[in-house]
Amino acid sequence: MSTEFIIAAIVTIVGLTTPILLAALGELVVEKAGVLNLGVEGMMLMGAICGFGVTVSTFNPWLGILGAAAGGALSSMLFAVLVLELNSNQVATGLALTIFGTGLSSLIGLSYTGFIAPVFGSVFPASLANDAYLKVIFGYSPIVYFALIMVPVVAWFLKSTRSGMILRAVGENDLSAHSIGYSVKGVRYAAIAFGGAMAGIGGAYFSMVITPMWAEKMTAGRGWIALALVVFAGWRAGRLLVGAYFFGILMALELYAKASGFSFLPSQFWAAMPYLMTVIALSVISMRDRSGGNAPACLGKPFLPST
Amino acid sequence: MRIKLEKRPEPSTLMAFATPIASVLLTMAIGVVVFDALGIKGEKAVIDIFLTPLLSSYKWQDVAVKAAPLIIIALGLSVGNRAQVWNIGAEGQYVIGALAAAGVGIAAGGAGGGIIITLMILAGILGGTFWAVFPAFLKTRLNVNEILTSLMLTYVALQVLGYLVGGPWKDPNGRNFPATAPLHADQTLPILFPGTTVHLGVAIALVLPFVFWLIMSRSVFGFQIRVVGSAPDAARHGGFDAKQTIWLSLLIGGAMAGLAGALEFAGALKAINLGFPSGYGFTAIIVSFLGRLNPIGCLIAGIVLAVTYVGGQVAQTTVHIPNSTAGIFQAMMLFFILASDILIRYRVRFVGSPKLAPMPAAGE
Repeated sequence: MSTEFIIAAIVTIVGLTTPILLAALGELVVEKAGVLNLGVEGMMLMGAICGFGVTVSTFNPWLGILGAAAGGALSSMLFAVLVLELNSNQVATGLALTIFGTGLSSLIGLSYTGFIAPVFGSVFPASLANDAYLKVIFGYSPIVYFALIMVPVVAWFLKSTRSGMILRAVGENDLSAHSIGYSVKGVRYAAIAFGGAMAGIGGAYFSMVITPMWAEKMTAGRGWIALALVVFAGWRAGRLLVGAYFFGILMALELYAKASGFSFLPSQFWAAMPYLMTVIALSVISMRDRSGGNAPACLGKPFLPST
Repeated sequence: MRIKLEKRPEPSTLMAFATPIASVLLTMAIGVVVFDALGIKGEKAVIDIFLTPLLSSYKWQDVAVKAAPLIIIALGLSVGNRAQVWNIGAEGQYVIGALAAAGVGIAAGGAGGGIIITLMILAGILGGTFWAVFPAFLKTRLNVNEILTSLMLTYVALQVLGYLVGGPWKDPNGRNFPATAPLHADQTLPILFPGTTVHLGVAIALVLPFVFWLIMSRSVFGFQIRVVGSAPDAARHGGFDAKQTIWLSLLIGGAMAGLAGALEFAGALKAINLGFPSGYGFTAIIVSFLGRLNPIGCLIAGIVLAVTYVGGQVAQTTVHIPNSTAGIFQAMMLFFILASDILIRYRVRFVGSPKLAPMPAAGE
């Protein structure tokens, strides 16, 4: 295997991993607050089209990223209001958000087909970013570095800050958190909005970095892989990074098998692996700990204070 | 003035009936506003999506054929949802059901006729059930969340489909296109009305809701499902086995999804390609909620959702909006129905601000 091949492979893997890492980091915070939002795919698509639309209109990809975060966060608020104010079923509401986001992004995207978005300049000096070898470290879109920085930030927030502790308390035992005087709804609104923003940026990676064009349903089911990833990582930020790159490698193997007709295992085998691994990981976690592993205790349950 | 929610002593039957209808109407109204805002003729789009399929008789067969899988899958899902068991993997069970039916068709070679078709349908039911065994086993043995496992297995099922239609089952005469060979004419479901596409599966979808209604309202099993869902503690005291309920509700959900897949394959599409999984398994979740988890409700809701699918195709050509726009309406209906659930259990009261002196009550 030549060095060029290895470098190309790493660049591919980073590209495949970044969107799911971003979306999964957001969903991790949402789930840690005790909410299961299955709308990730819909929010990613909303982020993809909003980020693309803003970039095309302003010629500024940085504003585009803000637009993507806003698009994802705004669409997540639909879910939040239903789930938090009206105690609707989280599973059904999240699915509705995915269907809604898929449809609305296609509709908004009608006016943006055929455009090409201006792309980010390089974060590092061109001598580093365009170097045949050093580009493996310095040659990525700013979104890639943002995703990597967000891993320790989210881990630190959840583990070491007061707000993170409150958020975890809300996810583990909403009634107790409520009785101590924390705003369960407030925390969950914030968490859901963060999850939406991160999914939005993850989606924008498709429309602003990978292609830079808009296409209907361009996130191609990666939102579901992000959901799997949170579970696969056992709801821990550090493992999320490892899991994301592991899934990224599996996705790269799928592409490679497709492109080269890689004979000993079909591409579909690799495509199915992230999901199968998640089911296995869930089972192993549950076998070790009968209470359902590391999952937040209130995950997916409505918050019904007696007062 | 502020709004206060007051718990009703008993769930409101009126609201249970009125809210699905109100949800559909509200969706249409908001659809007009949203589409106008996006610069599309909103009124025309909404009329095309919701009314044209009903008003033009030549669209009825399309609605019937689309409604059949939605109704059948939703019936199975409603059983689980009533017991608070969340199978969201119906899409995968549907795919495996269709593949199992296709497997029987291929194994039969050139043979066809009633027995082969029956075997194909049975294989579909078994295939869907088999795919639901994993979430049920993991849930009852290891307490693994069935929402996550059933969802993950859906994506595994899609890859199984991709592998089979692109590899071992690929049509040798199909110009290298990943799809199975079309079924022989005598391996397809009988057509009910000559000259239309309305196949036997439509009849099954019309009869099954009444069968489910009888089971759910008249049998011990139906009672068990309802008790486990609404009062788990009472169910335990009453001697109903929670694990058995989980097994049954997941397996019934899988069986129905598998049946729907087999019927769609043998009745409507007659070949399986990568486009076969079109999201019916997910849309059926909307049907089940819009139908209030009631079998007859599922029948009606299935028709409503089928109308939006067919109408979406109409609007695609008349007002040039993407096909997936129908999804916006489907999701809005689900949003409204979920939002209005609260009206069944609570009464909305407008109460005066506590700072104001209460108005003297004249009549009381």
